[in-house]
Amino acid sequence: MKTFVELRRNLRKEPPAEKVRIALLGDTATQLLAQALIGEGYDRGCAVEMFEAEYNQVERQVLDQGSDFHAFGAEYAVVFQSTRRLMDRHAGMTPSEAAALADERLEFVRALCDSFGGKIIYLNYPEADDGVFGNYANKVPGSFIRQIRRLNLGLMELASVRPDLFIYDLASLQNACGRDFLFDPNIYVSTDMVLSVDALPRVASGIWDMISAMRGKLVKCLVLDLDNTLWGGVVGDDGWENLQVGHLGIGKAFTEFQQWLLKLKRRGIILTVCSKNDEDKAREPFEKNPEMVLRLDDIAVFIANWDNKADNVRRIRSILNIGYDSMVFIDDNPFERNIVRENLPEVIVPEMPEDPAEYVDFLSSLNLFETASHSGEDSDRTRMYRIEAQRVSERFRFTDETAYLKSLDMVAEVTPFNDFNIPRVAQLTQRSNQFNLRTRRYSESEVRAMAADPEFGCLAFSLKDRFGDNGLICVVILKKISSETLFVDTWLMSCRVLKRGMENFTLNAIAEYAKANGCRYVVGEYVPTPKNSMVASLYPDMGFTLVGENDGKCEYRLDLEDFKAADTCIRRSLPAE
Amino acid sequence: MEKVEILKQLETIFRDVLDNEGIVLTPQTVADDVEEWDSLTHIQLVVAVEKAFGIRFSSKEILSWANVGDLVDSVAAKLC
Repeated sequence: MKTFVELRRNLRKEPPAEKVRIALLGDTATQLLAQALIGEGYDRGCAVEMFEAEYNQVERQVLDQGSDFHAFGAEYAVVFQSTRRLMDRHAGMTPSEAAALADERLEFVRALCDSFGGKIIYLNYPEADDGVFGNYANKVPGSFIRQIRRLNLGLMELASVRPDLFIYDLASLQNACGRDFLFDPNIYVSTDMVLSVDALPRVASGIWDMISAMRGKLVKCLVLDLDNTLWGGVVGDDGWENLQVGHLGIGKAFTEFQQWLLKLKRRGIILTVCSKNDEDKAREPFEKNPEMVLRLDDIAVFIANWDNKADNVRRIRSILNIGYDSMVFIDDNPFERNIVRENLPEVIVPEMPEDPAEYVDFLSSLNLFETASHSGEDSDRTRMYRIEAQRVSERFRFTDETAYLKSLDMVAEVTPFNDFNIPRVAQLTQRSNQFNLRTRRYSESEVRAMAADPEFGCLAFSLKDRFGDNGLICVVILKKISSETLFVDTWLMSCRVLKRGMENFTLNAIAEYAKANGCRYVVGEYVPTPKNSMVASLYPDMGFTLVGENDGKCEYRLDLEDFKAADTCIRRSLPAE
Repeated sequence: MEKVEILKQLETIFRDVLDNEGIVLTPQTVADDVEEWDSLTHIQLVVAVEKAFGIRFSSKEILSWANVGDLVDSVAAKLC
């Protein structure tokens, strides 16, 4: 982690090309936090345009719709109301007012959500006890500690129903690092800053983890070594029955690590194995050792051989079709870590602690698994990728691509957006990077608004084949921009279903929708990003004509008079009752 | 530690935190004499000086210094 001085030094470098508009509102002195956020932005590849509210003007800026804050139009509002100010407020209250302090504050956060259109990152409240009641405070409704805990819990509850409200857990940072790290009394009194200079980079980095996740930068996959990483000992030498795993001695450390990995898998992180072993030996502990928490069906891709690990990581990436920067490589062996680091610099390679007892604490402290959304389907992801690995091996049996595609017996369903798929649609807009023509990121509430707007045509595609259900894999948002022209606002596809003719199927569905709505033209735009070059020529390849080019963005048009349905092996099913 | 030495060490800290190798401190130097020394960088200087000498200033001291000489005196008083 950089120091504050190092972050501030970033400000003198050439700013990155990508721009982000952030508003910072605080009730204490926040100038240094603003500098830390801007400095950290450089390291995340984003130039921050910062709006900093005047000192202690949070409520006025938020509640007055004509304020500078609202005029600025930030994508992200970072709101930092401090425990100190909360304590001031509490001190001036009668006991009955004090008992309603948390509710009153939550009412303000609700008003903040209602008044602001972007995403809100609200810092929760590090606990502090005023000592007035001692431990008895737990029994007193209006005590400060009780109100602050209610407030933090209320913020979580509010965030779970407000899709655009996110909580930065400053309270957790204080739990991990201690109050004396977070807060400097002499600095507070002389400057009114409630964060110590050393805490600033930690807080800025944590807030940026959230912003990056909202912008689609997510870890999707863990690549795990086996010997002395998942279990103690070497399976090839010691045998599956003699490995250290379970509740005795050092085995406990490995069991707890596996339990943690299983939780990640349930959350939707893909677990894969990359081990230098004979494959049958490497599988044995998963199949036979009753102390193992992870089983073979928790692992999406299992590679055990004697090849170079960098090559094996490449192989895993190509099966899963994800970016290297969404992969984390976990290995106790510094040699293997260096090989992967040198050959695949985008892969995240944590410098593991020597002692396995520290694995979980160390890895969780890196906050690698930040996310901006979560849906039920996430937990199914490993199963889907296991199926995909089967499909990949099946493909080798066919020399003719079309024969292979036909053998898959694919059926797609096209549905409008509905309560069931809207969370997943929003999530796909946030995380799809490669097959994404314009990379528009939408929140759940924005998706909901478009679904309800008759000017928009919203199509969600899911795909099944004989191996299983891929779930929702493609999203198209169309907007009627004139009486005879339909504009493709969003077209994105999950990389799980590339090279299966799904793009042709989707285009046919777009054309059908256009005709049904009396449109002759479909206009599409390609907006280049560092990650979506695979679709740079999608529109021309599908028969669209280039009609405009501006700043790298290309606009294409398809005349439906000349359009013949594109070839595809995918059948269309009617939505289930 | 002699005050001259403290002044020398402060100079190194100021140069590092303020990113200006040309800074020369005397006991009479005030914030207005150093371009990068403003109320924001002042906080960083305080924290850096505390760390370098392994001392803590009270809030009263932080608000009391009129020039670098006062800061040197505060440091010297804590070191003896």
